[in-house]
Amino acid sequence: MRYRTGPMVALAALLCIIPALLCPVPALARTPALSEAAGTYDISGASQIRFSVDQIGGGGIRGRFAKFSGAVRIDGRKIGASTVSFTIYPQSVSAAEERIENFLRSSAVFDAAAYPTVTFRSTAVRQTGADAVIVDGMLTARGITHREQFAVRLQKLGGGTIAFNVTGNVYRSRYRMDVGTPIYLNVVKFDMDIRAVRR
Amino acid sequence: MQRRRQAGYGTEYGTPYGTVAICLHWLIAALVLALIGTGFAMRRTEIDPALQFSLYQWHKSLGLTVLVLAALREIHWLVARHPEPVADLGPIERQASRTTHVVLAILCFLVPLSGWAVASTSTLAIPTLLFDVVLVPALPLERSAAGETFWSLVHAWSAYLLLALAALHAAAALHHHFIRRNAVLLRMLGRPAAGGSSGRARGGTRR
Ligand code: HEM
Ligand code: HEM
Repeated sequence: MRYRTGPMVALAALLCIIPALLCPVPALARTPALSEAAGTYDISGASQIRFSVDQIGGGGIRGRFAKFSGAVRIDGRKIGASTVSFTIYPQSVSAAEERIENFLRSSAVFDAAAYPTVTFRSTAVRQTGADAVIVDGMLTARGITHREQFAVRLQKLGGGTIAFNVTGNVYRSRYRMDVGTPIYLNVVKFDMDIRAVRR
Repeated sequence: MQRRRQAGYGTEYGTPYGTVAICLHWLIAALVLALIGTGFAMRRTEIDPALQFSLYQWHKSLGLTVLVLAALREIHWLVARHPEPVADLGPIERQASRTTHVVLAILCFLVPLSGWAVASTSTLAIPTLLFDVVLVPALPLERSAAGETFWSLVHAWSAYLLLALAALHAAAALHHHFIRRNAVLLRMLGRPAAGGSSGRARGGTRR
């Protein structure tokens, strides 16, 4: 009995797998498309705002911000008309040790006492894939504003929440935060997991 | 002629210091004093943090320069003949000055070495980029808060001991010059003793 049904089961299984292999993305884990996410969302505290600055010879500074707020508005018909605004409170920075945190908050870097917020306002959104956009916007830190660009990829959608991964590199010298160069590189790499809840 | 001059110089003022010894002495002395100044300043918290960061980096670069110069001086001591003490000095003074010089020379080596150990054990792991150009590796020590605290203490105490000894040493040099009016300070300046003819001194120092 077992010997006779074995090949049949294998064949059935193979027939099921073939279509999945031919078009794996929609069949296995369907990536949500941005157009389905239309609406206005508030960025939630569950987000992870990570950044790193490499140092010469390997290693570097890794940090994150605990306090931030922001909103995302996704235009379902015209993704390019979507907007993002985001505020970070640099006083809430955390790093490997307190000495580093205090230095980051100090007048040498964020000068959090004089400039309690770092803000980003999008100016243009360009769709680069079903689930990906490039966001241009004005970043203001230490009272200095420059155009910056971030790559956004939609990760999850459903139940009124939305998840993105946002990455981008910022030259800190533009914001007069170039203390420690060339020991620490000028580039600050952002890697943020944004969670937002529909209003 | 040269020989007789040397002999005369030797008995009256002690044998002269060579140019290498003189340059090393004053260069190291100036750097050490600057390092103690920056070291003290950067450890006080009430300074601008960006300035503090660059003071640390300058401190490390200049400190490692002293390490190299001190090593050169030690090699020079082994290779070149050390001048005889000035004739005016008694046996106890000779012994005291000899001991002070040896301890000073050793401290000029150990103080920067312990500073390097601080940078190498610090959990901050800030690289040492010599004059913003050459990456200096860390000493093979484990990074830990305890290690950093220990070497910071060793570095601070040895640095202030060096300062105290250098002050004593400088006071002795000034005492010889202004009170005893002998050649001790002048020969370290590559100059003739007060009242000595300049031709004589030149013959001595420009060997
Ligand atoms: C002759 C050479 C040097 C002298 C005279 C010197 C002197 C000093 C002094 C006076 C301090 C302040 C100590 C205190 O008040 O706590 C200090 C701190 C320090 N020095 Fe040096 N230093 C020398 C070389 C170096 C070198 C070569 C390095 C590293 C490569 C170094 C790294 C440091 C560091 C990291 C501190 C801060 C220690 C701490 O945070 O507790 N130093 N130095
Ligand atoms: C941190 C500072 C200093 C250090 C580490 C230091 C170290 C030394 C050492 C190791 C020697 C032995 C000679 C040699 O180099 O082979 C020496 C000699 C000498 N030093 Fe200094 N020195 C310092 C500062 C001074 C100062 C400020 C003065 C003068 C005010 C001075 C005056 C002399 C004189 C006159 C001699 C020659 C002594 C003799 O003829 O035997 N030194 N010093």
